[in-house]
Amino acid sequence: MANPLAGVRAARHRLKETHPLSVLIAERLGLSVLLLWAVSVLIFAGVEALPGDFAETYLGQSATPQAIANIREDLGLDRPITTRYFEWLGGVVQGDFGNSWASGAPVSEQITKRLGNSLFLAFFAAVISVPLAVGLGMVAVHYRNRIPDRVINVVSLAAISLPEFFIGYILIVFFAVQMGVATFPSTVYDNMGWSERLAAIALPTATLVLVVLAHMMRMTRAAIISVMSSAYMETAELKGLGAFKAIVKHAAPNAIAPIVNVVALNLAYLVVGVVVVEVVFVYPGMGQYMVDAVTVRDMPVVQACGLIFAAVYILLNMAADIVAIVANPRLRHPR
Amino acid sequence: MSDLLSVRDLRIGATIFPPGEAPQDIEIVHGVSFDLQKGKVLGLIGESGAGKSTIGLAALAYGRGGVRITGGEVFLDGQDILPLDKKGIRNIRGARVCYVAQSAAASFNPAHKLGDQVIEATVEHGIMSREEAHKRADYLFEILGLPDPKNFGNRFPHQVSGGQLQRAMTAMALCSKPELIVFDEPTTALDVTTQIDVLAAIKNAIEKTGTAALYITHDLAVVAQISDDIMVLRNGETVEYGPVQQIIENPRQEYTKALVNVRQTKQTEARDQTDALLKVENISAAYGNGVQVLHDVSLHVPRGQTLAVVGESGSGKSTLARVITGLLPPFKGTVTFGDEELSNAQKDRSRDHLRRIQLIYQMADTAMNPRQTVGQIIGRPLQFYFGKRGAERKKEVIKLLDEIEMGQAFYDRYPAELSGGQKQRVAIARALAAQPELILCDEPTSALDPLVAEGILDLLLRLQKERQVSYLFITHDIAIVRAIADSVAVMLQGKLVDFGPRSEVLNPPFDDYTDLLLKSVPEMELGWLEKVLATRKMESAGH
Repeated sequence: MANPLAGVRAARHRLKETHPLSVLIAERLGLSVLLLWAVSVLIFAGVEALPGDFAETYLGQSATPQAIANIREDLGLDRPITTRYFEWLGGVVQGDFGNSWASGAPVSEQITKRLGNSLFLAFFAAVISVPLAVGLGMVAVHYRNRIPDRVINVVSLAAISLPEFFIGYILIVFFAVQMGVATFPSTVYDNMGWSERLAAIALPTATLVLVVLAHMMRMTRAAIISVMSSAYMETAELKGLGAFKAIVKHAAPNAIAPIVNVVALNLAYLVVGVVVVEVVFVYPGMGQYMVDAVTVRDMPVVQACGLIFAAVYILLNMAADIVAIVANPRLRHPR
Repeated sequence: MSDLLSVRDLRIGATIFPPGEAPQDIEIVHGVSFDLQKGKVLGLIGESGAGKSTIGLAALAYGRGGVRITGGEVFLDGQDILPLDKKGIRNIRGARVCYVAQSAAASFNPAHKLGDQVIEATVEHGIMSREEAHKRADYLFEILGLPDPKNFGNRFPHQVSGGQLQRAMTAMALCSKPELIVFDEPTTALDVTTQIDVLAAIKNAIEKTGTAALYITHDLAVVAQISDDIMVLRNGETVEYGPVQQIIENPRQEYTKALVNVRQTKQTEARDQTDALLKVENISAAYGNGVQVLHDVSLHVPRGQTLAVVGESGSGKSTLARVITGLLPPFKGTVTFGDEELSNAQKDRSRDHLRRIQLIYQMADTAMNPRQTVGQIIGRPLQFYFGKRGAERKKEVIKLLDEIEMGQAFYDRYPAELSGGQKQRVAIARALAAQPELILCDEPTSALDPLVAEGILDLLLRLQKERQVSYLFITHDIAIVRAIADSVAVMLQGKLVDFGPRSEVLNPPFDDYTDLLLKSVPEMELGWLEKVLATRKMESAGH
């Protein structure tokens, strides 16, 4: 064959005929890795382009040109950017994010605890918001264009329209300051008991739930309505099936893919979007860690946080893609 | 009462929501009555909006969308089913009365196997056990002529063809041994050669199982093959109701007569077909996925005449039109227009070349911007090609509106306010506005009711006489070819199998495929289906 690519393409085509599902999933995985690498370049370049300098911030008043040059040399900042990038990337691949410039401690150690805290918060927000959103979506469909549907729509739309820091402060004012039923700040410590910990995260969790609820609810509603108006639902009705049975057996399998998609997107937002919420509630998670690091120009920490956020985002989206692929009978059972 | 189904003074209403106005309650079926005996077939026929599907669904006490039954009685074996509660109605649906929809492809759930869907109602209503039902489904697949009936049920809807899906839907309806089946245009979406098989399968299954049927269609020739009685409907009222023989051979009402006589030759064939306006030579084309859809196609369209391109879905006839317009550049072959060779790609063609070839689509709905008025839609090519604006443009548009027999009153209307036939007329006016020499008509009448379609064909022929414009008319309907074509091109799987003057292509000696195509077109004649099937059997026995 004249074109070597043609052979590869033909092989891929053959593989696609025999194992369409595996090929598609493998493609998704490959794309995700590629995307993550591209993000690492962007993060590194972005951090490099940030105005300000660690050495100047660190030294403050005592910043003499000589002192600055010393620190830069200590951190290896005098070497070319590409060298530093590949060194960093090589470490990251092995799970080593380097040492924090500010504290000198390995970033990986600090980040594990912070990430744990963030995931703890996001997990509870998800546990509450996903069933609530899907449930409300179903209620909205059931009372479509009637008062419960409108109320759900307006309230959730109002919630999504307000920025999360605003919702956060309002919740603090009402529940912590005026009524005194919630804890603020939401700082958690290592030796905290479970009940205390849960009480501490009540307000940030509520804020996150309010922020992601509307999107998931509306997409669930739209997905179910689109499935319910399809011809096969009429067929089910004309077969004499009860409404419940028709929904479980005929609507649900077809509504799963779009709903999973939007849920995954919002889960990703939960993990990534905690940055602002954590700062508002003084919660020691990844977001706050990153914001602190940015203020002192602690680049290894900023890079690590950025990359982990990106990885979470890509991973969840990939999971949604794979669920959608597996849920599609056309791909599961080729002709 | 010996009637299985007895409908008395059925009235059906709906709520419509006209834009910008308060919702209105309207009546769409105005007191229709009929009787159906056990094991008999009643054909319900009429154009869209006649209320035939709505009446059919009333036999299942069902109203689609906002439709509801407002009056009258529907007796099933002596029992009025309309006052029944939800549970009572559910016990009838899928058990005693079943429904076969027009689009089986949409009516099967893509997530479940065909077999499971076919037996679902039967098992749900406790008529048979799962095993018995599967056995019956296999038997039904066999008598409906489905391939590999034992394993057919294990397939998913996307794994079988449209004709097979339609038969599977019939099996689904027959599975619970119902007393009545409502067939709602079960063959309308199929190709003619497929339609005849499905029609024969349905007829055979009805005879074998002794079920009664309501057969809904807009095609009188089809319903004549399968019904005992026919009811002609128009605007929700009965026009004529009687035995099939009387309706076909001796219709009493003017409207029925028009339906029976539709599709007669309108134009004699042109003598000289050598003066080619468009020449397509050795065209081969493929889509981006590497699948070749046209194989070495050569034909020509004579000046001021009509070339009909016939073929079934997937034969490549629309692709040919895309190649001629330059929307799909071919990888081999040339398109010559007049004396000039056209560039393969549309973006390389001059504005004048673009102007001289115009298109009319099957779906006038989707080919027009719903937010533009008729005046804007027709005026756009006038401005684009001839730079006409303002009062001058308006004058031209009104002249064109007169030509398509619609008139100035439509100037400020939006497409949504027009009927299907009027939309297609506006599409024709838009094509004419560019003063083309060739119009590619891609199934412009197949989405229209027969009498409306006839009006469009008359208009096209008159315009051809007045303006000497050539048509390349893509269609799957042989009757249209007979009525209007000067020359005919028959396509099968991307290849040209026959091409020549109409009198040569449509008369013996035939090409094999052309012969099959011609024989598959239902004729307005009792016993036609049996005759064709008998010939087929003889032929296959002879081989």
